[in-house]
Amino acid sequence: MPVAGVDIGSLTAKAVVMDGNEMIARSLIPTGHNSREAGRRALELALEEAGLKESEVDAVVATGYGRLAVDFEAERVTEITCHARGAHFMHPDTRTVIDLGGQDSKAIAIDERGKVLDFVMNDKCSAGTGRFLEVMAHALEIELDDMGELSLGSKSPASISSVCTVFAESEVVSRVAEGASKVDIVAGIHQAIASRVYAMAARIPIETKILMTGGVARNIGVVRALEAKFSREICVPEMPQHTGALGASVIAREKAAAAV
Amino acid sequence: MSDEGDNLSLTQIKATDQMKQLMVEYYIEAKTTTEKPICWITSGGPVEFLIAMDVIPVYPENHGAMCGAAKIAPGLAETAEEMGFSRDLCSYARADIGGAVKQDGAIPGGLPKPDFLLCCNNICGTVTKWYEELSRYFDVPMFLMDTPFIHTTKTKHATEYVRQQCLELVGFLEKQTGREFSLEKFAEVALRSVAAVELWKGVLKTAESRPSPFTCFDAFIHMAPIVTLRGTQQVVDYYELLKGEMEQRIADGIGAVPEEKYRLVWDNIPIWYAMRSLGNLFASNQACLVADTYTTAWAVDIKIDDPLTSMADAYTKVYLNIAIDIMLDQLLGLMEKYQADGLVMHSNRSCKPYSLGQYDLARAVTERTGKPALIIEADMTDSRVYSEAQVRERVEAFIESL
Ligand code: SF4
Repeated sequence: MPVAGVDIGSLTAKAVVMDGNEMIARSLIPTGHNSREAGRRALELALEEAGLKESEVDAVVATGYGRLAVDFEAERVTEITCHARGAHFMHPDTRTVIDLGGQDSKAIAIDERGKVLDFVMNDKCSAGTGRFLEVMAHALEIELDDMGELSLGSKSPASISSVCTVFAESEVVSRVAEGASKVDIVAGIHQAIASRVYAMAARIPIETKILMTGGVARNIGVVRALEAKFSREICVPEMPQHTGALGASVIAREKAAAAV
Repeated sequence: MSDEGDNLSLTQIKATDQMKQLMVEYYIEAKTTTEKPICWITSGGPVEFLIAMDVIPVYPENHGAMCGAAKIAPGLAETAEEMGFSRDLCSYARADIGGAVKQDGAIPGGLPKPDFLLCCNNICGTVTKWYEELSRYFDVPMFLMDTPFIHTTKTKHATEYVRQQCLELVGFLEKQTGREFSLEKFAEVALRSVAAVELWKGVLKTAESRPSPFTCFDAFIHMAPIVTLRGTQQVVDYYELLKGEMEQRIADGIGAVPEEKYRLVWDNIPIWYAMRSLGNLFASNQACLVADTYTTAWAVDIKIDDPLTSMADAYTKVYLNIAIDIMLDQLLGLMEKYQADGLVMHSNRSCKPYSLGQYDLARAVTERTGKPALIIEADMTDSRVYSEAQVRERVEAFIESL
């Protein structure tokens, strides 16, 4: 019987539909100003792709900051738990999850069953998040999606020491004025993010298997910088942004099974 | 206190009305008195001397908490910020200074003006500078009681040093009031203080039973009299009443949180403006906060055979004046005594002495007990640095992981 998970984040809303052990459909849309609407829309799109009606779904779990706003029938679970379960589902040997989303970053320690052991979050400040990269891309007049590949060509990354988005932006501007290449500056930005995330994640036990999720995981430059900083290999799943929604649908599947 | 803090238990505490009455009468007397001098005092200060000298103690920190609960603290703080005080300064200090200048606060017209000030630095260094500022502003004298920090054990010398200052304080008060200090009266006050503290400890102890008859959110409300007026008979009477009610709850099997499943310990000053939402959040997740490091700070030992020395001792040993290892021991003691499943720490932007070391404490508690710890970031009265959605996320994720 099919189930669904919906993750309404600050920037994007995601939905995943599962049938048995398989993910059969997914969607991703901008959240916009109305998270209730976005959650509904994301669910509808995924259901449409799966060729299902809402009434045919056995259970829905909603997660993310917008989970309390949804108007469809759904159990609500925090995104920490959902990320842990989603990561475990994709890579059962994962013990540490690093999630860099649009406006927050978090690190989660999980056990062999995908249960949360400990977590840390940075949600007061945009430094080290997708928003930070957006601001930097804008300051450098480059495309956000090009940053990762671009930075891999750097031989000597520029030093960006500021952890604050506003200060880092002016630092970037002065590096440009000093004549540093965009390639080196972007690499420097990625290193700054890596240091920031490392300092946060170091508060929880870090195990060998690190899985990185969230939109920023699509930036290969940040992934490489984090690998260097942690001195460990970091694994990025095929669809890093859907980890929370996937975890939500895994929990929905359990709920549906328990209800039978 | 404002409506915000009322009836946090889903089952209402009956004694609340009496407590409110007590506090209202106290503030009315402080505002209207023509005979009794007013002394502003820090929360960890030796109030017994003031009571024994018929001086009315007024606590800017208690008033700060009321302003926080009434959600007017940020406005008062802004006034202080406009005057040039840093936003990093303790928000009790900012709200108090702003309130003094604007003559505003949780009480109509703000706190009554002080005739003199009593500052005890056993809680932090901030209060020293804050009270100096008040002393300049109101042009009134200030007495500073200096309590040496306890790194490992309290030394004889430290006790003697503080005891000497108690004697100096007596001289200061005699000069300010024009009255003579009576050791006999002081002993009576100390006796009542001891009685009230014992009763308060008894109240807190009732939370050891399962389900707990009250949560720490209730304790935060009901601690007001022990902080402000210990040494008076009304306070003794009040805690007798409250303790009786809690014992009755135990006998009737009434818990503060319906279907209590998780028992947690709270660390740091309450987030006054979010008490109701936090109380509901934990309760709806079947979690009861059964003990805290804050309200226990007023459960100190005073020995009646030598009140001066034991008071000097007690005021030096308060939670914020001891090394982190001793804090850890106390925290572990609470976790064990109240059979807690986890620890919730409020990293309080305002209160550095309380918040510094929390990450180490959290780690140590988890290592020693195997119980998880959660840290939430906020400020006790400055709601401008608080995000309810983010705190909800952390709290719910924490409880899901228990
Ligand atoms: S810094 Fe902390 S201890 Fe000092 S006055 Fe402020 S809240 Fe109280």
